[in-house]
Amino acid sequence: MSKILVIGQQAEGKLNSGIAKVVNAAKAIGGEIHVVVFAADGSAAAAQAAAIDGVTKVIQIDRAENDHGLAVIVEPQIVALAKTGYSHVFAAGTTFGKDLLPRVAAKLGVQQVSDIMAVHGATSFDRPIYAGNAILTVEAPAEPCVVATIRLASFQAAGDAAAAAPIEKQTLDVTLPTHTRFVKLEAQKSERPELQSANRVVSGGRALASSENFSIIYSLADKLKAGVGASRAAVDSGYVPNDMQVGQTGKIIAPELYFAIGISGAIQHLAGIKDARTIVAINKDPEAPIFEVADYGLVGDLFTLVPELESKV
Amino acid sequence: MKALVSVKRVIDYNVRIQVKPDGSGVVTDGVKHSVNPFDEIAMEEAVRLKEKGKVTEIIAVTVGGAKCEETLRTALAFGADRAVHVKVDEEIQSLTAAQALAAVFKKEGTEIFFLGKQAIDDDAAQTGQMVAALLDLPQATFASKVEIDGGKATVTREVDAGLETLEIDLPAIITTDLRLNEPRYLKLPDIMKAKKKPIEVVSLADLGVTAAAALKRVKVATPPKRSKGVMVKTVDELVTALKGKGLI
Ligand SMILES: Cc1cc2nc3c(=O)[nH]c(=O)nc-3n(C[C@H](O)[C@H](O)[C@H](O)COP(=O)(O)OP(=O)(O)OC[C@H]3O[C@@H](n4cnc5c(N)ncnc54)[C@H](O)[C@@H]3O)c2cc1C
Ligand SMILES: Nc1ncnc2c1ncn2[C@@H]1O[C@H](COP(=O)(O)O)[C@@H](O)[C@H]1O
Repeated sequence: MSKILVIGQQAEGKLNSGIAKVVNAAKAIGGEIHVVVFAADGSAAAAQAAAIDGVTKVIQIDRAENDHGLAVIVEPQIVALAKTGYSHVFAAGTTFGKDLLPRVAAKLGVQQVSDIMAVHGATSFDRPIYAGNAILTVEAPAEPCVVATIRLASFQAAGDAAAAAPIEKQTLDVTLPTHTRFVKLEAQKSERPELQSANRVVSGGRALASSENFSIIYSLADKLKAGVGASRAAVDSGYVPNDMQVGQTGKIIAPELYFAIGISGAIQHLAGIKDARTIVAINKDPEAPIFEVADYGLVGDLFTLVPELESKV
Repeated sequence: MKALVSVKRVIDYNVRIQVKPDGSGVVTDGVKHSVNPFDEIAMEEAVRLKEKGKVTEIIAVTVGGAKCEETLRTALAFGADRAVHVKVDEEIQSLTAAQALAAVFKKEGTEIFFLGKQAIDDDAAQTGQMVAALLDLPQATFASKVEIDGGKATVTREVDAGLETLEIDLPAIITTDLRLNEPRYLKLPDIMKAKKKPIEVVSLADLGVTAAAALKRVKVATPPKRSKGVMVKTVDELVTALKGKGLI
């Protein structure tokens, strides 16, 4: 029977919203599902993990060094745990998971399965390659362990458990390196829905032409209670911060409703929105490739159409 | 200080990928290939450090078949002083590539290793982290700013929440994100000069590497295509359509 270890990514006492999706991917395999939380004090996040349906146990590992979730600090602890009989180690395909899990795979001597988008069995998975323009089915060796990140846009979140799973505090006797030091995190504080979990997302591209003009996008988003995203061109041009980039090398999202405004629809951008339920595109160029994938396309100048749209929704 | 930079030969990012009808892979014959874009950024960063006098020698490395020589020539044109070609015949997977790259890093006595954050063919985003783990060295992935000073690097990383800054001791492994720099255009004289620079060819066995167990590639398929939707003429029409579907 499978015994799956899910890395319970957390920050400031809040379990990452993607963990319930990772648990759902694990449920597709079945067996025991343990979530491990590494933190200075992981009590709050552990309790949140224990409340996810399908989780059979939560392991809480409190240690001062775990505070900032550095990959080089967390990895040796996961490796030590993984060796206690786990068949799988899963992490969310977030920047945290991507930074961390390949180290675990290397230490365990296995290839990592990156970005699982479908689970066919305990060792059989689909993953996207070439910016999602091809889907690769792989069979991973079962021994010693399957190490994988989960593409969050491909899975629903597991629901709430009827009864909370037990939480077990553990201490691991592992020496941690000191060669890597956290300096600071410049996080964008925003009241808007989080890009990766928002039901609706409004994204702007190069056409916005300045950070001031981006207020048109924010304003429509606020009216729709939507998260805000951007193309790489908009980020590179400095209109918006990097964490808003959607695409192959930014965030992969799957909202119910996506607005691509003044975005041409390069394959790298499309890679990030393939799983959006409905795509709306506004672009002044009727030939823009975004219209090839949009469910609703509107040709015209965004500077008149977007304010009009805002006034009518 | 010596810098190592890995360069991978991949299908050019502008090419429309075609899956082979028999599901064995994607069409590569007659398709334009180039250096993985993130590796160009890695090269550029090393060259800038050399221009600043922080790096004394740049070594480019690739793991792959005979055609990867082209990739190394491009790296040499960028400004690498010499190159190492770890020649393999079959397709190799990340962990094996990482083992080979780690071996070259050790053999060369390098202090800093720049890799791309991901290769745009397999999109795995894992090789740099694996190299760091195999060597038990610090890593700073998804770098958008790198400052080197007195045996340390201060690296700004693009993470989901924003920008994270780490201080790491050298030697270290750094993977590059898109906004780290903008790679220069190659000039003809540099391309000519690159033809004369040395490329050392080694095998996995020379490096003492045995390929790790591979993931079995069962099949490659074309993803379900999104169907083309409808064009609306006015904002009113759009609003009506979205309301009709209960989306707003
Ligand atoms: C390795 C690699 C990775 C990449 N990763 C990503 C990624 O993750 N995400 C991403 O987005 N890109 C990524 N890119 C970049 C991608 O190739 C495109 O360059 C980028 O998406 C273009 O952004 P854009 O659509 O905003 O700009 P453009 O392509 O310049 O498009 C602007 C659009 O706005 C329209 N327009 C202009 N003015 C108006 C107006 N007044 N009203 C209405 N429409 C108007 C134009 O018709 C045009 O279609 C990557 C590229 C590479 C090489
Ligand atoms: N076969 C290879 N040869 C040279 N560099 C590689 C190879 N495979 C991966 N890399 C490096 O590792 C980075 C990340 O690749 P990946 O983990 O495959 O997404 C790439 O940008 C390259 O710098």
